[in-house]
Amino acid sequence: MALGGGVFVLLLVVTALAAPVIAPHDPVRQSLRARLAAPTLSAADGKAHVLGTDHLERDVLSRMIHGARVSLLVGFAAVVVGGIVGTTLGLLAGFRGGWTDSMIMTLADAQLAFPFILLAIGIIAVLGPSFPTLIVVIGLSGWVTYARVLRSQVLVLRSREFVDAIHALGGSVARVIARHILPNVLSSLVVIATLELARAIVLEATLSFLGLGVQPPTPSWGGMVHEGREYLDSAWWISTAPGIVLMLTSIVVSRTGDWLRDLLDPTLRGE
Amino acid sequence: MRGLLPFLGSRLLRAAVALWLVSTVVFVVMRLSGDPVPLLLPPDAPRSEIFRVRAELGLDRPLPVQYVVFLGNVLRGDFGRSIHFRQPAFRVVLGYLPATFELGLTAFVLASLVALPIGVVSAVRRNSPVDQVTMGLALVGQSAPTFFIGILLILVVSLKLGLLPTSGREDWRNLVLPALTLGAFAMASIARLTRSAVLEVLRADYIRTARAKGLSEALVVTKHTLKNAAVPIVTITGLQFGTLLGGAVVTETVFAWPGIGRLAIQSIYNRDYPVVQCTVFLSTVLFIVINFCIDLVYGLLDPRVRSI
Repeated sequence: MALGGGVFVLLLVVTALAAPVIAPHDPVRQSLRARLAAPTLSAADGKAHVLGTDHLERDVLSRMIHGARVSLLVGFAAVVVGGIVGTTLGLLAGFRGGWTDSMIMTLADAQLAFPFILLAIGIIAVLGPSFPTLIVVIGLSGWVTYARVLRSQVLVLRSREFVDAIHALGGSVARVIARHILPNVLSSLVVIATLELARAIVLEATLSFLGLGVQPPTPSWGGMVHEGREYLDSAWWISTAPGIVLMLTSIVVSRTGDWLRDLLDPTLRGE
Repeated sequence: MRGLLPFLGSRLLRAAVALWLVSTVVFVVMRLSGDPVPLLLPPDAPRSEIFRVRAELGLDRPLPVQYVVFLGNVLRGDFGRSIHFRQPAFRVVLGYLPATFELGLTAFVLASLVALPIGVVSAVRRNSPVDQVTMGLALVGQSAPTFFIGILLILVVSLKLGLLPTSGREDWRNLVLPALTLGAFAMASIARLTRSAVLEVLRADYIRTARAKGLSEALVVTKHTLKNAAVPIVTITGLQFGTLLGGAVVTETVFAWPGIGRLAIQSIYNRDYPVVQCTVFLSTVLFIVINFCIDLVYGLLDPRVRSI
């Protein structure tokens, strides 16, 4: 199971990196001669449209391969943004305590108290959809878990004798963080990041499906499902092919996260 | 009742902070979006007209003053006039609310009715084929993107089998697919969590005692297990109701269901920002109120949570 998950993600990353080489056709070249062509293995020039073509005669498989780039780029970048913000705020809350702590944790509770996708929609609507906006909005939607885990780790470690000893010997807070806290929470961070990756990829696809994510003609899985919606009756492959890949990615990545959690950090199970 | 008041107080504070946070983000984003006046006036409007409208909207005042005025307006339900519908944004959104409620409630009831029995049976028949198949499906239901579940249902049930309509809101047949789509995530979560709550209780000593004194398995499950598993199940089920609201945006768009989620997306396309803001704000209020009520019920049911 875990091996399968790892291989799947690796394959996806390789596909995304090598998209221009692997993709059999240009993902954005349009023409109207063979639009809505059904999936086929035969072709005059040896370059078949294995997953058919869409309403502008673009090759569905090639667009899907290029779409992997968008999903992974936004997904990984959002996880990094959320991770950095969450880790920093969690460390701050744990070390400072008092007012800083209450403010950060109240903020975290408040964010969990409403559906973030609505706010994301509002923000993107006004600022306009772009890669940086998407990454920041999706990233910020996921900082809370990191912050909570980091904070509780700091609270546990802060009162330990060896931390006092480091302070007594003149060691700085930065040293305590780098040498003692981060190594202790690394496995938790990996688990959270994996689960967050699945969430970020689905959120990006959802926003793109709603027309608020990656804009055409750049291919993205969510955008492709949206484009194919009007042709469901005549050309079902346009929507279903990217949709199935998206669903598989989401299931495999989140299952890998679950598995990592059970392996590395069973204490997170309640989160 | 000792301890209930502080519990209520902390929940109220949390709800208030969440509301304040949303209004502030709405305000900041609105200001970041630039000057709304050119959107409201024809492109050849004279400068005097621009200044007049700006003063009318209070945009010539210092930002902190604008912020306070904005918060006051929000508290009174005043989100400005809809540019597209030409009436107060609040009234427009209220008009779309019943459809969302209808969909949300149906999805919720459907999800609970399907998921609760499945969860109980899976726990009682642990590791049986029934358990493995339903829990496998539940995993898929939890990770599959809502919009794609909707697309698949339209493709298979409406277009290929011709059983139900693809969109609109006329009679009960229009409601089935959207409710299934919206409820899929909740259904999967409730089934999984019910299973683990029941399993937890089945391991307890008093269940062993009940079996030891010769009670039938049916009695053990219905009388001793379900009663004790009820509290966590109620909470989890209730919390799912809140998250349904977020999924409504996607589901309503897929099925052209005339609720506030679809209204929000259409208003974004129409650049009708007062309506967008009002929808975001109102949904948040609803979400918070629902969660608050659930916390309240939970606090009444189980005194132990009050200390959290």
